[in-house]
Amino acid sequence: MGIDLFGSLPLVVIWLALGGVGIVIQAFVRDNTRLVFGYYISTLIATGVLAALTFGHTGLTFDGMVTMGGSGAFFDILFCVTGILTMLAARPYLQREDSEIDEFYTLLVSAVSGMMLMAHANNLVVLFVGVELMSISFYVMAGFFRKSIRSIEAALKYFLLGAFATGFLVYGMALVYGSTNALDYATITSVVRAGTTPFPMLLAAGVTLMAVGLCFKIAAFPFHQWAPDVYQGSPTVVSAFMSTAGKAAAFSAFIPAFTMLMPVGAGASYVMNMQLALAVIAAVTMLVGNISAVAQSNVKRMLAFSSVAHAGYLLMGIVSGTAAGHQAIVFYLTAYTFMQLGAFVIVSILERENDGHLEFSDYAGLSKTHPVLAFLMAMFMFSLAGIPPFAGFFGKYMLFIAAIDSGFTWLTIIAVVSSVISVYFYLGLVVKMYFSDPVGEGHATNPGTAALTLGVAAAFTVLLGVLPSVLQSMFTAFH
Amino acid sequence: MLVHYLPLIIMIAIGAIFGLTNIIMAEILGPKRSTRAKLSTYESGMEPVKSARERFTVKFYLVAMMFILFDIEVVFMYPWAVQFKSLGMYGFTAMILFMVLLFSGYLYVVKKGALKWD
Repeated sequence: MGIDLFGSLPLVVIWLALGGVGIVIQAFVRDNTRLVFGYYISTLIATGVLAALTFGHTGLTFDGMVTMGGSGAFFDILFCVTGILTMLAARPYLQREDSEIDEFYTLLVSAVSGMMLMAHANNLVVLFVGVELMSISFYVMAGFFRKSIRSIEAALKYFLLGAFATGFLVYGMALVYGSTNALDYATITSVVRAGTTPFPMLLAAGVTLMAVGLCFKIAAFPFHQWAPDVYQGSPTVVSAFMSTAGKAAAFSAFIPAFTMLMPVGAGASYVMNMQLALAVIAAVTMLVGNISAVAQSNVKRMLAFSSVAHAGYLLMGIVSGTAAGHQAIVFYLTAYTFMQLGAFVIVSILERENDGHLEFSDYAGLSKTHPVLAFLMAMFMFSLAGIPPFAGFFGKYMLFIAAIDSGFTWLTIIAVVSSVISVYFYLGLVVKMYFSDPVGEGHATNPGTAALTLGVAAAFTVLLGVLPSVLQSMFTAFH
Repeated sequence: MLVHYLPLIIMIAIGAIFGLTNIIMAEILGPKRSTRAKLSTYESGMEPVKSARERFTVKFYLVAMMFILFDIEVVFMYPWAVQFKSLGMYGFTAMILFMVLLFSGYLYVVKKGALKWD
């Protein structure tokens, strides 16, 4: 089988640009963050363009361990765009915090390369390598403010719990391998579908453990407790990146892995139970995320719990198990990435040293001191709450339809109820910004290149809401 | 299918019996005449200087980490060398790429002064 060079180009280019050239540049150039920043931005642009070119070129490469084109290429583009937008927002933010070190960009691109591997994985070991590459980069990025206790706490918590969760994932993989005698997705699917494994209990245990590992990565209940602490303590741009691209990457691995492990009409008996278990996890995740978010007074924590709740909505697509459900996940992930990134970047622009200006009360009267930022924040909040005409509405609509079509009406009812709860705190922030008087004097902000990030995020939030067919037309190329 | 694991189970049983027998026999049969030197931390008679629970400089860990990295690299090369002919050009290119990526990491490590002791 060997290698299909053209189809592998996005992965090969980002690896060589990072490990072959980028590292050497950084070895010889000292304190030239501008050069490194420019180099990695162009790396991500090149990778994104190559992914777009290989979109229609589907198949397998690297001896059948890695997929090419299709949904993998779509996710590549999403990761690269998110990476570029995060870097644009990170540069002014890190300069303000006086901790711009060029390794930040290296870690970010290395996380992106891990995510791409997750989206392209067609083999359990490749999936594991991708997950680790992404997670280890995240652990370091979470602790990037070395002098901030909160940042160190975030990094340590994330590392310890993340390593533990990865253990679950690997052990699950080992049991799946032990019971099916295969690592590649196609063979495992055929064994599961035929129900020919001599160890059905081991297989069920393996699938459960893999679900635990992946649910940790998407921050689903009861494996979500790390999310608020980590997102609050990490540098805000890192939280933005982890909660958007990181979640998208986890779902890009979740979809093919669970299409493989729970194929429709499978002979293995655990499939129905697993589907129900995931449905319950989805329901509780939404409720816990949204109800906890109501009680928060810190904006970063609120956004963290909202990201937990969104993991619950997205799980509905996995539960449905249909192609429509998976397309709904991809649509909602794209929409969610832009709105959540936008909200976090606004927080990062307004933030002051030593975790200042992060409380709800600090946002009072923002519409008078920073009218543009307040307007954009309101837009992202409306979109996160799922109010038309923004992108969040159509994403939720598609997910709910997919769940109803596969007979999970009760799950959809819970989703609607919890999304009504979420309106309370999303709009609570809007009310604070527009209908309260500013406390004290407003401070000057200089968004710099972050303005570009906000522009793009806002444009996509509106575009995907007004013209959802733009994205939907791409889905025909999947699978 | 499970019967294939029988040799493994026998092996584990033999290992457990051998280990346990030795410990129990030594406990029953061995004479116990302890002296001060025998009970000290190092049975060789070295005097312990101070507590071993102290903080070590991060340089030790850095060197240990680098060592593991390049040690593992060599481990990967053995199977490749054994299968060199059957892997052919494909395996050769892959190995060269792997080495280049690792070497660029090595350059970074040296240039950043991670291996300087003082």
